[in-house]
Amino acid sequence: MPRAKILAEADRLMTVCNSCRYCEGLCAVFPAMEMRRAFSDGDLNYLANLCHACGACYADCQFSPPHEFNVNVPRTLAIARNNSWRAYAWPQAFAGLFARNGVAISIIAALSVAIFIFGFAALTDHEVLVGVHTGPGAFYALMPHNAMAALFGAAFLYAILACVMGMRAFWRDIGAPAGMTTDTASLWQAAKDACTLRYLDGGGVGCFNEDDQPTDRRRIDHHFTFYGFLLCFAATSVATLYHYLLAREAPYPWWDLPVVLGTLGGIALVIGPIGLLLAKSQRDPVLVDSARSGMDVAFILMLLLTSVTGLALLLLRDTAVMGPLLALHLGVVFALFITLPYGKFVHGLYRFVALVRYALERRAMAPGAATE
Amino acid sequence: MLDLSRKFDVLVIGGGNAALCAAISAKRLGADVLVLEGAPKFYRGGNTRHTRNMRCAHDAATEILTGPYTEDEFFEDLLRVTEGNTDQELARLMIRESKDILTWIVEQGVRWQPSLGGTLSLGRTNSFFLGGGRAMLNALYRTAEALGVEILYDAEVVDLDIKDGMFLSATFKQDHGRASAKAATLVAAAGGFEANIEWLKESWGEAADNFLIRGTPYNRGSVLKMLLGKGVQEIGDPTQCHAVAIDARAPKFDGGIITRHDSVVFGIVVNKNAERFYDEGEDIWPKRYAIWGRLVAAQPGQIAYIIFDASVRNSFMPTLFPPIEGGTIGELAPKLELDPAALEKTIASFNAAVRPGTFDHTILDDCRTEGLTPPKSHWARKIETPPFLAYPVRPGITFTYLGTRVNKQARLLMTDGRPSVNMFAAGEIMAGNVLGKGYAAGMGMTIGSVFGRIAGREAARHATS
Ligand SMILES: Cc1cc2nc3c(=O)[nH]c(=O)nc-3n(C[C@H](O)[C@H](O)[C@H](O)COP(=O)(O)OP(=O)(O)OC[C@H]3O[C@@H](n4cnc5c(N)ncnc54)[C@H](O)[C@@H]3O)c2cc1C
Ligand code: HEM
Ligand code: SF4
Ligand code: SF4
Repeated sequence: MPRAKILAEADRLMTVCNSCRYCEGLCAVFPAMEMRRAFSDGDLNYLANLCHACGACYADCQFSPPHEFNVNVPRTLAIARNNSWRAYAWPQAFAGLFARNGVAISIIAALSVAIFIFGFAALTDHEVLVGVHTGPGAFYALMPHNAMAALFGAAFLYAILACVMGMRAFWRDIGAPAGMTTDTASLWQAAKDACTLRYLDGGGVGCFNEDDQPTDRRRIDHHFTFYGFLLCFAATSVATLYHYLLAREAPYPWWDLPVVLGTLGGIALVIGPIGLLLAKSQRDPVLVDSARSGMDVAFILMLLLTSVTGLALLLLRDTAVMGPLLALHLGVVFALFITLPYGKFVHGLYRFVALVRYALERRAMAPGAATE
Repeated sequence: MLDLSRKFDVLVIGGGNAALCAAISAKRLGADVLVLEGAPKFYRGGNTRHTRNMRCAHDAATEILTGPYTEDEFFEDLLRVTEGNTDQELARLMIRESKDILTWIVEQGVRWQPSLGGTLSLGRTNSFFLGGGRAMLNALYRTAEALGVEILYDAEVVDLDIKDGMFLSATFKQDHGRASAKAATLVAAAGGFEANIEWLKESWGEAADNFLIRGTPYNRGSVLKMLLGKGVQEIGDPTQCHAVAIDARAPKFDGGIITRHDSVVFGIVVNKNAERFYDEGEDIWPKRYAIWGRLVAAQPGQIAYIIFDASVRNSFMPTLFPPIEGGTIGELAPKLELDPAALEKTIASFNAAVRPGTFDHTILDDCRTEGLTPPKSHWARKIETPPFLAYPVRPGITFTYLGTRVNKQARLLMTDGRPSVNMFAAGEIMAGNVLGKGYAAGMGMTIGSVFGRIAGREAARHATS
């Protein structure tokens, strides 16, 4: 198979960069590049997913356009990265969702919401959908808890399965040695690097977004998004445990753990995505894979919709709009789950895997490690 | 729009390290500063964009420097590389001040990192810029802008009004016309004349047509020429410059660091006639890389070929341009437009002269030739493992040394020996004061930062007192 054009370009750039190396201190990509002299497709996909798109190497490069060497590492790696996800999608039949991802996600989300609304309307009578329900078990007037748990549990397990299969395909593509996934020191290092977004800081000053003034805004907004998401997820998990272990039914009072976690997470998941959306709209187009920004926007909007509908449900759960709101929220969350493996979400997974690989390589190269 | 009717305290010409250090240091003393950069914004900062490190003295190891590098050691290195062709008083001053630059430049936003992969030999003496020279420069520009230094791009200075050693105003290109700027003092930091092929020809002859210029096309020496034409004392030899052998396939200008070759010690170097012409193994590469530009310049057609074999292919830094390959010497030669018989003969006699030894490119090893002229004194190993490989190289000019004479205040000296009332210079444009010949890696930036900072300070003092 002829090499994809973008990988040929990535290869050219890595050859340029490897004979320059000025960006070595900016992130993990350049040190990883220096461990190689030639770049296979898998190597390039690894480097592409290791890149955090901070833009520093563009602002700092003496060969970026209009220089005739035309070095644009962030954009080239962004395109290669987005292409690579398609190839790892599981099952491959759904790989097409990565093309025109924004449209695909919107349609799936809309359908999902509609099904919940119609489902509620069809399965319960009209009064229940628009009625006022309060007290424990109020939500389950609309949808029995077991049905809800089964449906979302299945969607969630499916998403996990698809994601794991994708990560496996990636791990193989980048030629990572089998069996090394169990190196705990590397996993721990990668987890720290991912949770702090160590490489989204332009080598210390912050990342480059709209101009050559570095700022840490994107990283901070990502932290809001990421930890907000985790808090929301934790809220749902705690609630599920409450339900099955303690037999305590939602809705819970405002001071209870699921609500506190969900509220904090929901607020963070409003602030973060809005910040990311704003940064995105101002981002210098020269740095991005503009053909694929629909995918980024779709994911950010899905997160935002999740948090906004969740918070609305919390505020208005004692009113008549609770029914439609619940349908909306569940519809969005369901769509978010089932599309996780086929959109921007996978960036976190593959980046994490790439960081594990990088930590492994670093440890193998470190002074004292066995050399040939 | 910038009001050009007002008279600035300090006018800085140029936009590289020297210029920005001068502008920042003057502005920090309260001066009203205007910077005129001849290049467009993207190409701002001339050769500084291409740099990666600076040589500063320091008494102890730091986070990024592996050990002390004392003033005396720096001075000895300078004497050695210049063979004494240096103004010792200025050199001592520069080295002393370089110590402080290590922290001063960080205060201006520049960040350091340990030496880059492949440059370990410089880890003790040279501090590397995190992100390279353009990152360094971007930081200086951000600081200058934040302090309120006025900066104009595409503002090439085309004339200077100087009366009796006193600067009055500068005329520069702006949009499609001209404009002029008045200032109480001038800091000339407009680089050397390496991109001015016509000027290079004056001393190099037609050979200069075959030179490649590693850095900016904007350093044409126009400001240097104007100053020398208006009574400023000249220093240095016009043929002296920093020149290395770079890939002949590199662009005429601005190919930067990535066109260099580090493979000379691993093979042999032949000229157009397929003959060797210099000892490739004279000394370790970091000490010898900077003589190869001049050596190639002296060869017919200003071209040479580094020839090596597959056994050492991965022994040096990866290169931008791939080596040219041939399964046999006879197959390689025509690809280089060399006479196959002549190349075969050269390699055969080289191989025959190689004595057995233990190869180690990090020390002066015992792999050498015997009975060969010129010899290869170290790292000589037979070239016999196909495929055979070659890099064509030409002289790559880094920067020129001929410049304006200055004193310890970075003040220009006039031909009659008097210091100028209000003119100063820093960087490449006055490099010849300390670099009469030769070079030690990282000194270009030291000269720019140290004298830039001094020039800015002295200019501000003069203008605001
Ligand atoms: C590839 C390469 C790598 C190098 N690496 C190193 C290194 O690692 N360490 C080191 O110490 N040195 C290095 N050098 C040398 C170093 O670049 C120079 O010594 C240093 O940048 C000189 O600084 P400067 O400010 O004097 O000149 P420059 O940075 O060249 O700036 C001169 C400025 O003057 C402007 N100018 C010219 N004419 C006019 C005019 N008429 N009007 C207005 N503006 C004008 C130019 O546009 C430019 O901005 C390297 C050089 C090259 C080419
Ligand atoms: C391993 C963990 C993760 C890492 C290392 C990581 C890293 C990054 C990086 C570097 C970016 C900026 C570059 C880009 O747009 O691709 C980014 C963007 C983003 N991330 Fe993450 N991420 C992780 C997990 C998550 C999670 C769990 C979420 C939320 C569920 C999330 C949400 C987002 C969003 C919304 C964007 C903005 C997209 C855009 O602006 O185009 N990330 N992430
Ligand atoms: S991005 Fe530019 S400066 Fe950075 S390593 Fe590559 S070529 Fe060098
Ligand atoms: S954009 Fe940032 S993370 Fe990506 S390669 Fe460049 S410096 Fe590294």
